[in-house]
Amino acid sequence: MYHKYNAIIVGAGGAGLRAALQLSTVSDVAVLTKLYPTRSHTGTAQGGIGAALGNREEDHWEWHAFDTVKGSDYLGDQDAIDIMCRDAVEAVYDLEHMGLPFSRTPEGKIDQRRFGGHTKYEGKEPVMRSCYAADRTGHMILQTLYQQCVKNNVVFFNEYSVLDIIMSDGVCGGVIAMDIGTGELHIFHAKTVLFASGGFGKMYKVTSNAHALTGDGPAVLYRNGIPLEDMEFFQFHPTGIYKLGILITEGARGEGGILLNGTGERFMERYAPTIKDLAPRDMVSQAMHREIAEGRGVDGKDYLLLDLTHLGAEVIEEKLPDVTDFVRTYLGVDPVKEPIPVQPTAHYAMGGIPTDVDARVLADETGAVIPGLYAAGECACVSVHGANRLGTNSLVDIQVFGKRAGDHMARFVRESPLLELPSQPDAPARALLDKIWSANGGELAGAIRADLQQKMMDKASIFRDEASLKTMQEELAKLKDRYQRISLRYKGSKYNADLMETVELGYLLDLAEALVVSALARTESRGAHSRVDYPKRDDANWLKHTMAFRKDNGIELRYKPVKITRFEPKERKY
Amino acid sequence: MLVKLKILRFDPDNDKAPHFQNYEADVEPTDRVLDALNAVRWYQDGSLAYRSSCAHGICGSDAMRINRTNRLACKTLIRQVAPNITLEPIRGFPVKRDLIVDLTGFFEQYRNVMPYLVNEDPMPTVERFQSPEDRAKYDDTTKCILCASCTTSCPIFWANTDYIGPAAIVSAHRFIFDSRDQAGGERLDILNSREGAWRCRTIFNCTDACPRDIKVTKAIQDVKRAIMSQKL
Repeated sequence: MYHKYNAIIVGAGGAGLRAALQLSTVSDVAVLTKLYPTRSHTGTAQGGIGAALGNREEDHWEWHAFDTVKGSDYLGDQDAIDIMCRDAVEAVYDLEHMGLPFSRTPEGKIDQRRFGGHTKYEGKEPVMRSCYAADRTGHMILQTLYQQCVKNNVVFFNEYSVLDIIMSDGVCGGVIAMDIGTGELHIFHAKTVLFASGGFGKMYKVTSNAHALTGDGPAVLYRNGIPLEDMEFFQFHPTGIYKLGILITEGARGEGGILLNGTGERFMERYAPTIKDLAPRDMVSQAMHREIAEGRGVDGKDYLLLDLTHLGAEVIEEKLPDVTDFVRTYLGVDPVKEPIPVQPTAHYAMGGIPTDVDARVLADETGAVIPGLYAAGECACVSVHGANRLGTNSLVDIQVFGKRAGDHMARFVRESPLLELPSQPDAPARALLDKIWSANGGELAGAIRADLQQKMMDKASIFRDEASLKTMQEELAKLKDRYQRISLRYKGSKYNADLMETVELGYLLDLAEALVVSALARTESRGAHSRVDYPKRDDANWLKHTMAFRKDNGIELRYKPVKITRFEPKERKY
Repeated sequence: MLVKLKILRFDPDNDKAPHFQNYEADVEPTDRVLDALNAVRWYQDGSLAYRSSCAHGICGSDAMRINRTNRLACKTLIRQVAPNITLEPIRGFPVKRDLIVDLTGFFEQYRNVMPYLVNEDPMPTVERFQSPEDRAKYDDTTKCILCASCTTSCPIFWANTDYIGPAAIVSAHRFIFDSRDQAGGERLDILNSREGAWRCRTIFNCTDACPRDIKVTKAIQDVKRAIMSQKL
């Protein structure tokens, strides 16, 4: 089936919906989502959105920018970080004006809380910067944006999975998507396309990520010759519920919660004497990993404790109601009375589709733009998070760059003609599906995925070294070989999850390979990329962004410089 | 532990009527029902159809009837329902396949109540102020994840699918009681119509079914009272 729109948005999370809203008053726009909009993973964000409103104490967006640069281990691009932190303030007011039910201070302003890595006076002590709605901030953002999209009559194609983009002479002219409910392929012909399709945490076994987070957007573009930036930087959030990986917000520590090792010691005092448990996530996760490796896990096991008991029932129930419910439901533990068993959980991809500050997708390391093609949110890499994202900044990112994407797309729609559709634009997508339909080697997607997730956890998670990454590279070759021999067990066309999950597994394998190859090359430790064999940051050689290109004979790595404006790289201490 | 799953299967293209199919899955008592479903689909029967995403009770994808009660499969632990687990699609909407129902009607109900903030005043340069007390008035109904558990547990809705249903009333409540909103009267008019809030007979199935512990029946009562006081 054929559709024509000025603007197509792939993904209905915070970035996609924000862009859709921006476009909805000036252009026709359709949003494609493989779920329903209100099921997007933005809804599971908990602790808040950072913005220097100064509602609780003195704050400035320049301090937010400093913290973000330092948090990124100086790999974030400072021009983009300035834009994000400056515009964060207006983005939060915008959300409030749209109706977002923020928690309030006694005088009725938006309430704010402390969060990891957010400080005053450039590192002196934690600052209350995270604007929150209990521990449901992401849920409220997603609901509020969807409500406004309903108000503005945005068109949605629910349960559509995007398989390919339409490209002609280096210009984007739409996407090819499958209606999951019928199995039918659809051609969406458009002047502009925004990918806002989220992350790919499902390549790891223990993750806070939803089942849907298989990196479809980055993988589809990567297969079309677009590079992936800084893939070696994958964030592990310190406090996942033991074994399940379900997120417990950093806001729990922002409200005063502390981490304890098996001996009952508040070990973060040793690693980050100034801000302790509110150090950035890379440092806390690495510290937790060390505590466990050195035998100070609880009862010698691979978990530690998050203690909230001293906060009192009222604070816990009022400010952290959802995580309290999760812990009670899944662990049978009452956080009011007992500490919570936690372990780091794969959480957020700092890397992804390279873009400029207007969300335009970049074709290479020189900054050449692909006309008509945009990306925003976790699938993109602006880069505002560099080697390690600060808590709350993902929600800032999706609002600021979702809006900027919408603005720029609106301009592009006005100024540019519709690309002539190439002949048989859906041929590659059909070939992809035909190959899966016809493969017949008896392998199961579920089994290959489980192996991928376990091996990525073992070989390419919080700590890596040359040996582990090379082993992972060999394992990936084997997994890809097995993938060629998958047999679908269901051949129906309607809601064929067997087919969808096989397609998604292919994406995960490609992205894992880009991650591992990028990580193997980077012989230093920076942010979330921690090389046991190269434990120091190496600015002389590695203060640069990785760009991984998929070529016929393997992956080609190129590099581009980091944009540094006000903050010269310094040693990172908290 | 080994659990027995009895799952209602239906493919409208090929089956004359829904039928139960039995499976066994080896899962932990602390696993979720969703984990048992995944174990079946990934390793035994790739044809099984159900929705899921976040797997911890926030996205609202996997509402289904578990042992005859509406629950989220990702928020129900095996030990709560083992060893015999019967799974059926939520009731009242057409089944598209197995445990997947057509939610078009559900989101139409939602859209009908103006589920968005209406405020025509000029925007202030900062936030609109709202006291913690005013914020608390609609807190409960902001938690809704639109999973459809409440609406599809309601016997009134089963008998009359024109009834706007508890979920839409919850969505309306969230705005009617928000001090910043200016369209409460219009929403109350909508809910005062023939298929609106008065259909509710306070059966409380919706409240029991809500995975977010929203006091759904109370919210509907709040709305009825507001309609009455508006009329007076």
